[in-house]
Amino acid sequence: MPMLKIPTPLRTYTNGQNEIVVHGTNVGEAMQNLVVQFPSLKPHLYNSEGNLRPFVNLFLRADNIKNLQGLATPLAENDILLLIPSIAGGD
Amino acid sequence: MLSREEILRYSRHLLIPEVGLQGQQKLKSAAILIVGTGGLGSPAALYLAAAGVGRLGLVDFDVVDQTNLQRQIIHGASTVGKLKVESARQRLLDLNAGVQVTIYNEPFTSQNARRIAEGYDLIIDGSDNFPTRYLTNDLCVLTGKPNVYGSIFRFDGQVSVFDARCGPCYRCLFPEPPPPGLVPSCAEGGVLGILPGTIGTLQATEALKLILGIGEPLIGKLLLYNALDMSFDFVRLKKNPKCKICGDQPEITDLVDYFEFCGVPGLVHDAELAGADWDITPAELANLIKDGASPCLLDVREPHELEISALAEAKLIPLGQLAGRLAELDSAQDLVVFCKGGTRSARALELLRSAGFRKARNLRGGINAWAKEIDPNLPIY
Repeated sequence: MPMLKIPTPLRTYTNGQNEIVVHGTNVGEAMQNLVVQFPSLKPHLYNSEGNLRPFVNLFLRADNIKNLQGLATPLAENDILLLIPSIAGGD
Repeated sequence: MLSREEILRYSRHLLIPEVGLQGQQKLKSAAILIVGTGGLGSPAALYLAAAGVGRLGLVDFDVVDQTNLQRQIIHGASTVGKLKVESARQRLLDLNAGVQVTIYNEPFTSQNARRIAEGYDLIIDGSDNFPTRYLTNDLCVLTGKPNVYGSIFRFDGQVSVFDARCGPCYRCLFPEPPPPGLVPSCAEGGVLGILPGTIGTLQATEALKLILGIGEPLIGKLLLYNALDMSFDFVRLKKNPKCKICGDQPEITDLVDYFEFCGVPGLVHDAELAGADWDITPAELANLIKDGASPCLLDVREPHELEISALAEAKLIPLGQLAGRLAELDSAQDLVVFCKGGTRSARALELLRSAGFRKARNLRGGINAWAKEIDPNLPIY
């Protein structure tokens, strides 16, 4: 199954888990499956229209899915998706 | 030319063929602006001064406080209460009196950013909020300077070099900032003290490489570090042709401030909250309780924070769980929501108000303000 790596800021909403097994043949399905597993993640990833928020970046094998086929990007069995959050800390 | 003293001081650099006398001379002639003298700016400034960068500019508009010392290693107990830029300059000159340190004790805004950045070869982004990050990016794109980016949260760090002349910019990756409140700040969410040391040092390394023109800079690459997993992941970044500032048809052609929709901690947002009708001050709450009222106290912090300080009668529902646990609260009852400093509780209040809790109010300044003004037995954190 494909795996999604969860960054620290969002682990609050995944019961502290840093890697989640996601079901789906493409990135969109996997993300939908993720928010079904962890509903409180949804508002952090999707806007009210049901689209991924612009500051949410998903990377597959080092490439932004925006530069691949977007949410339709196919996922293979052992793929690891990286969720890259927008963080601003520095002080 | 390097003096005899400088040749001795920098001998370990001079021994490296990639640096050598010429490289050390390049460092001496370089000028680097560091935005923020906090967690990231501390190690970056210290190492760049030690390395012999000729001129360092420091921008910050804050004073050193006790909570900074867990990670902001440029400051010390002896400079608590002093201006951060003054404290940092003092430490840097102690380390290397040969470095020229220029300080800017002012907020970094669209009005002064160009003036401040003039004459610097590159900028290190060590800021702690989205408006300053977008401003730093836009400034670098518009003035053709590399932006050595670093950002941290709890155990996660990110590093990249955004140089729009030959690669993507910050906006190519993050076209717009998250809405206020969705991403907690380090002041609310916490940060591992060593994390900014790691990330700030990586930023200093990239800055030094850029000045020397050696190695492969992180242009078009983003480093993702996680201290818990001890993982370093690299992803490729591409220039976005539709980027609003560095794309084919840029919409942004001058600097703008983003305070109005990003919310800078301690600036506009807190000022808004301070004037909010839904606020209750610690003194007002204490009077209410003294007069016999018993509002429901709702603590929206995380469970581990209760070990630090707690109000005995308060009910705990962490902010992240609040939406799913509203049924545990009575909307007909007076409700006072609090957290550490008032930011999370303000988010909780928005949620409660939109769910029909018309009698909910926010404890201004959180439990820290309560500790300061009402109950000195409670620690402030």
